[in-house]
Amino acid sequence: MSVLLLEILTAALLLGGAAFSLISAIGVLRLPDVLIRMHASSKSGTLGAGMILAAVAVLYGTDQIVARAVAAILFLLLTVPVGAHIIGRAAYVTGTKLWPGTVMDELRADHERRECEKQEREKRERGQEEREERNP
Amino acid sequence: MRLFMFNLGLAIVWQAVSGSFSLGGLLAGFIVGYGVLWIAHPLFGGSPYFRKLWRIIGFFFYFVKEMVIASLRVAYDVVTPLIHARPGIVRVPIEARTDLEITLLANLINLTPGSVTIDVSPDRDCLYIHAMFIDDPDEFRAAIKHGIERRLLELMR
Repeated sequence: MSVLLLEILTAALLLGGAAFSLISAIGVLRLPDVLIRMHASSKSGTLGAGMILAAVAVLYGTDQIVARAVAAILFLLLTVPVGAHIIGRAAYVTGTKLWPGTVMDELRADHERRECEKQEREKRERGQEEREERNP
Repeated sequence: MRLFMFNLGLAIVWQAVSGSFSLGGLLAGFIVGYGVLWIAHPLFGGSPYFRKLWRIIGFFFYFVKEMVIASLRVAYDVVTPLIHARPGIVRVPIEARTDLEITLLANLINLTPGSVTIDVSPDRDCLYIHAMFIDDPDEFRAAIKHGIERRLLELMR
């Protein structure tokens, strides 16, 4: 009886994980811009991989396999959000166009102001270096 | 934190006494050790550890629930022919102050599907979050503030 229950649970987790992985793959193809694609690729992918790992842990249930599955899930949870943040930020900072359907962008103004300040600071520093070169 | 170390130590001792090392045994030792420490807790002078352990477990389940709901929402948008997404970047003021709090908050927000932290403002007062479904920006800010941030700060402080 309990073997049957375990098998049903394993099957449900495997199918669910596979479905989430498939949907995130389709999402990467279908969604309109980088930042929205990131939502599909990173997060649903993690959930899919996590469910498949959990299925393995449930089915075999020995210490070594459970420990490895839990460690793998923990590493996914630690690394995926950092990767998602860095890719998203890199895409934004390099000026990737957002989807025209984007309803609001409260970062644009602040980002441009910061860029302006940075350029002015660099110009000032360059001017100072040139003056120092002329009269040492 | 010190009590957590005690608790881990008790779990390892439990393993040593029972003579075989296994994950189930370690978990059992941890639970027994927790009970022992709880009985002895007046000695440690009202440590928040006993309350926090339950909060951490509660937080874990809350987070898994949020993650599944948000995943289903993103999945629905991927498989239906029309794209219903109303994406945008929202500036969300935060109360988290230390590096650790901000890092954890940003990463937890990254983990929930449909929201990615793009940037932290230089004065560390707000996060810029790209979200996939923004019906009302004020509602979104309130959801972050009263949902995940409140729970996280309750754990950290």
